[in-house]
Amino acid sequence: MKQNKRNWLLLAPAGTWFLVMLIIPLSVVLIFSFGERAPSGGVVLALSLEQYANLPARWTAFKNTMTLAPIGTLAALLIAYPLAYFLAVKVNPKWKTILLVLVIVPFWTSILIRSYAWIFLLGGRGLPALLDWIGIEGVRLINTPFAVLVGIVYGYLPLMVFPIFVSLDRLDKRLLEAASDLGASRWNAFLQITLPLSIPGIATGCMLVFILLMGEFLIPALLGGGKVFFVGNALVDLFLQSRNWAFGSAVAVTLVVVMLITVTIYMRLIARLGASRDDVAIM
Amino acid sequence: MTDRTDHISKKKFMEELERYRKGSISRRHFLRVTGLGAATAVLGSTMPGLRPRPAFAGDIGDRVVLATWPNYHDTANFDAFTEATGAHVQVNVFGSNEEMLAKLQAGATGWDVYVPTNYTFEDYVKEDLIEPLDVSRLPNYEPAAFDPRYAEAGSVNGKLYGVPKNWGSTGMAINTKHNNGKGISSWKEFFDITMDKFSGRTVVHDYQLTTIGSALNYYGYSFNSVDEKELADAEKLLIDVKPHLFAITSDYQPPMRNGDAWLTICWSGDGKQLNTDMPEIAYALGSDGGEIWSDYYAIPKSSERKDAAYALINFLINPEVNAKEVLAHGYPTADSRTFDLLPDALKNDPIIFPAQELLSPLEFGAAVTLTDPNRAELMARFKSA
Repeated sequence: MKQNKRNWLLLAPAGTWFLVMLIIPLSVVLIFSFGERAPSGGVVLALSLEQYANLPARWTAFKNTMTLAPIGTLAALLIAYPLAYFLAVKVNPKWKTILLVLVIVPFWTSILIRSYAWIFLLGGRGLPALLDWIGIEGVRLINTPFAVLVGIVYGYLPLMVFPIFVSLDRLDKRLLEAASDLGASRWNAFLQITLPLSIPGIATGCMLVFILLMGEFLIPALLGGGKVFFVGNALVDLFLQSRNWAFGSAVAVTLVVVMLITVTIYMRLIARLGASRDDVAIM
Repeated sequence: MTDRTDHISKKKFMEELERYRKGSISRRHFLRVTGLGAATAVLGSTMPGLRPRPAFAGDIGDRVVLATWPNYHDTANFDAFTEATGAHVQVNVFGSNEEMLAKLQAGATGWDVYVPTNYTFEDYVKEDLIEPLDVSRLPNYEPAAFDPRYAEAGSVNGKLYGVPKNWGSTGMAINTKHNNGKGISSWKEFFDITMDKFSGRTVVHDYQLTTIGSALNYYGYSFNSVDEKELADAEKLLIDVKPHLFAITSDYQPPMRNGDAWLTICWSGDGKQLNTDMPEIAYALGSDGGEIWSDYYAIPKSSERKDAAYALINFLINPEVNAKEVLAHGYPTADSRTFDLLPDALKNDPIIFPAQELLSPLEFGAAVTLTDPNRAELMARFKSA
C-alpha cells in the first residue's frame, strides 16, 4: 500500500504535466476543429465537418512535408553515420571528448540565427557567386526545396549523430576480432556485425529527426522564402494571418494523425529489421 | 551632502540596477553609485511632500514594448527616450496588420504601443482591443497640425484611438539595371514582366491587403474588392505567377539590396531608402491603382505599462524627434509642424511627397478587407499552393 502511494506521488509531476500541457490542449484543438471561423477571426464552436472537408486546400503543404521530411532524415542519416562511426570506432580516445563537444557547439547559437546565416551563404552573393566564378553560371539556391533541405540537414545533424554514436560506442570490439578470425572480410564484418548492432541508434536518430521535421516551420520560412511550404507554415498562417482557428485545428489534428500512422508503420519496419521495440530509446 | 553634484544618468542607473540584480555588484556599491543611499538618508529627514518628485527610473517603469513595422524608426530616438526616462524600448517587428490583430485576439501580447494602419481601427474598437487615448497625457499632440486625410481614421465614433505616425503609398520598386534602365509604372507591367524576363526575381508581400490588392489592380478592379468573381481572377493570376516569384515576404530590402531580387511590391519609405543607397532602384506608383495609407500610434487595451506607452508616443510625436524619424524611414509626415522642420530636398522629394495626380488612382484600404474570410483564405491558399 505504502509502495503504491509512493509510486503515485512520484508519477504526479509528470502526470500533471502531461494533463495540463498535452491532454487538455489537444482536446481543445480537437473541439475547435469541429467549429467554424468567427466573423472577424478566431472560432465559434459547432459540430461541423466543414473544416475537414476543406483539407485538400492544404494538400501541397502536406505533400511538401511528407517528401522533404523523409528525404531530409535520410540525407542526415547518410551524412551522420560515417561521422558517428569515425567518432566511435576510429578516433584516438584522447580526442574523442573534444570532438564530441565540437558536434554540440552549434547548439550554443539559436537555430534562428544559424538558419539566417544560410540565407547569405545560399543567396546570390554566396555559393552561387563562387560557382559562377568557376564557370557554373545561373545557379539559384536560396528559396528552393534544395535550400530547405540543406538547412534541415545542417540543423538536425547532431540529433542524428549522437544516438548512432552511442550504439557504435557500446559495440563489443571482440565480435569484430572473432569475425576476422573466422575469415570475414572487413566489409562483411561491418555489414553483418557493426551495422545490425547499430540499428537501435539509427532507428532512434531517424525517429527524433523525422518527428521534429514533421512540425518544422522555421527553416522553410527562412530558406524557402515563403515558397516551400510545410504543414507547420500552413498552421502559422491559419492562426497568425487568416485567423481561422477552426481550420487550423483541423489541419493540426490531421498532422497528428498522419504522424501517428507514419510512426506506427516505421516501428513495424524497424521491428522487422531486427531491433526490438525497447531498443528505440525514445519510444 | 547637499553640494553633491555628480548625479547619475538614467541609463547608467538602469545598468547599475541590472548589475545589482545579477549580483555582480554589492548592495552597498549599488546604493553608493546610484546615490540612492544618500537620497534615502536625505528623504528620511525631510518632508517628502515638499521635495521634487525623484526623477529616477521608477517613474514610468524600466521598459516599454513597441510593435511596429520593418525599417520604420530612427533607433537613435529610442536611445534618447531611454536616456530621458530610463525605460528601454523593446521593438517587435511585424509584416502585416492581420498578424498584429491575430496576436492581440489571442491575448497577452505584452505590447504597450503598436502601429496599426487606417483600415483596422473599426475592428479594433469593435473587438474592444484598443484603448481610447487621453489627449491630456499627450501634450505634443496638436490635432490642428495634422492633415485630416491622414488623421481621420484614428477616431471612431468621435473618440480618439490613434495619433498619426506617418502616411505613405504602396507601389513597386524595380532595379532598372535589369530592364535597360527603364522603370515600370503599372501592376499590369509588374505581373507581366514577372512572368517573362524577370522570372524568379520578383517579391510580393506576405500580406493579403497589398498582394491581393495589386493582383486585383492588374485587372482594373478595386484594390479593396471582396467580390467573389474578382477575387477568383486575382487568385488565378497569383497562382500563375507563383512559380516565377523569388519570394513571398514583407522583408524585401535584403534581397533587393544584394541583387537576388529585381522587383518588389514596395512601401514608399522602403522605396526611398533603397533609392537613396542604390539609385538604379526606382520607386513607382501604379497608374492602375494601389494603396495610400496612414499609420497611427495606438495603445492596446492589454498594455500593463500605460504610463510608459503615453510617454513613448508623446516623445515620438514631438516634431523635433519626428523629423529625425522621417529622415530615417523616408515616409511623409501628416504633421505640418514636423514638415516645416524637414530639409527642402526632402520636402520636394518625388518619392516621399509624390505629385497629387499620381496619388489619385490610389485607394485607402477598406475595413472589410481585414476580416473578409475569402481574402484571408485566398492568401493562405496562394501561399500553400
